[in-house]
Amino acid sequence: MGVQEQYSFDVEALRADFPVLDRKVGGDPESPGEGPGDDTPLVYLDNAATSHTPDPVVDTVADYYRSYNANVHRGIHQLSQEASVAYEEAHDTVADFVGAAGREEIVFTKNTTEAMNLVAYAWGLEELGPGDNVVLTEMEHHASLVTWQQIGKRTGADVRFVDVTDEGRLDMDDAADLIDDDTQMVSVVHVSNTLGTINPIGELADLAHDHDAYVFADGAQSVPNRAVDVKELGVDFFAFSAHKMCGPTGIGALYGREEILDSMQPYLYGGDMIRRVSFEDSTWEDLPWKFEAGTPSIAQGIGFAAAIEYLEEIGMDRVEAHEDLLAEYAHDELTALGGVEIYGPPGDDRGGLVAFNVEGVHAHDLSSILNDYGIAVRAGDHCTQPLHDEMGVAATARASFYLYNTIEEIDALVEAVGEARDLFA
Amino acid sequence: MGLGSDMYRQQILDHYKNPRNYGELEEPDFTHVGENPSCGDTIQMDVGLDEAGETIESVRFNGDGCAISMASASMLSERLHGMAVEELHEMDTDDVTEMLGVDISPMRVKCAVLGRQVAQDGSKIHRDELDPDDRTITEE
Ligand SMILES: Cc1ncc(COP(=O)(O)O)c(C=O)c1O
Repeated sequence: MGVQEQYSFDVEALRADFPVLDRKVGGDPESPGEGPGDDTPLVYLDNAATSHTPDPVVDTVADYYRSYNANVHRGIHQLSQEASVAYEEAHDTVADFVGAAGREEIVFTKNTTEAMNLVAYAWGLEELGPGDNVVLTEMEHHASLVTWQQIGKRTGADVRFVDVTDEGRLDMDDAADLIDDDTQMVSVVHVSNTLGTINPIGELADLAHDHDAYVFADGAQSVPNRAVDVKELGVDFFAFSAHKMCGPTGIGALYGREEILDSMQPYLYGGDMIRRVSFEDSTWEDLPWKFEAGTPSIAQGIGFAAAIEYLEEIGMDRVEAHEDLLAEYAHDELTALGGVEIYGPPGDDRGGLVAFNVEGVHAHDLSSILNDYGIAVRAGDHCTQPLHDEMGVAATARASFYLYNTIEEIDALVEAVGEARDLFA
Repeated sequence: MGLGSDMYRQQILDHYKNPRNYGELEEPDFTHVGENPSCGDTIQMDVGLDEAGETIESVRFNGDGCAISMASASMLSERLHGMAVEELHEMDTDDVTEMLGVDISPMRVKCAVLGRQVAQDGSKIHRDELDPDDRTITEE
């Protein structure tokens, strides 16, 4: 059976929803020296950075602006009612999607980074102090690493990092050593955006809860491509970004267990988040609005829900199967090519991305050459600088896949990587 | 090919694989290090001057990085021999791309100019025109 025949849905048909995939970019590898061109089909393999937006989502956002653009929670008039209902219901859609109890557990934020900061400021600055500790992992994205590092400096709390093994997994013995009775928060990336590792969140949550600590899982790379249930995972906080899952930029979600969110002070003050204001004092709106000060990203919030509906129509199990197929194929083919070092766990046990280096070729040079073949990959430290230090490399190239990518596109990647390797040999 | 591969003409690859003036000077008049943290490019430039301190007599560089930054530093090290310090100070980005002889895509300019910036900053520190605590970083 050809690999294509193992697709779990009709990928070609789905690609029609993404006109950008038909773009031509870069230059023609067959006619050297012609400078920037527009004659090479785009092969977009930078989905872990941001994914493309299908027409139904673009249409939903456009429809809001065209038909019922109005501020939310402020007007009695019809447009405001329509906008408010759509924006509020978007919270329900997001809540359902990740198994939260309801909208009261879903705060819309700008992105994963802001969700992390919300908890770090509203909970961390209040609750942490000398003698406490926060446990992270060596594979944290800067969104979590820098945030807790700085909150640690401001509060005097110790910040600890669980070791990553040579295979790119968390050292769970180390985790068990580091998480102790002084641990207040365990903040861990669900799927690593560099190694592709799928971390055992449930096990970490058990460890944390045994010591009365909270768990915050960073779902930026897990929610886009696998079914996630926050209650099953056992996390207290969870965050993800719409722009990595077919949705608009400027919107993301923080899940927080209701009783914890309830006990937290607001993060931003202003309009929309208050119930009653006098010159002397103010009281707060119900959850989640208490944490959504000012005019929110209304169109983006509604678009976020449309993205989820789009993904649900395909089915997250199928999306995950497609990612697994592509990741394993890419891992195998790059390995077979030779001269390629791949970071992280084996091909059959990782999220839909592969970070690698080609012997003798700097990742930035590789990315420049791939760009010439119309192939978009990310080169750099992927916001995990300390992890790259541990890996002993300054940069890696990363190909990351999404539901519209194909086996042929990975073949194109592998061929171009081979060309780059030969050019530098 | 387009910009990307065009950047990797034979000359660039040659300088990358066989860097000229690679190493360190035993007694440099000044030495300076700079980096692009996001690329991990690091370059050290050692420069020896004539007695008047006006003309560059010897150059060595070393470091680690992509082909563009390394080849650029290697070519620069050849160019600098016998160059007036004033002229070094006046070198701008266009002079660097001209020296490289290829178009540099916008995202890679910071790699191309790192060596020049290190040499300029080192010289300015030597002349007390720049605070030695200022780090040389050619990216925002
Ligand atoms: C694992 C992980 N966490 C956090 C982020 C940050 O997401 P955002 O930039 O949308 O806040 C990203 C992506 O950039 C990521 O891959």
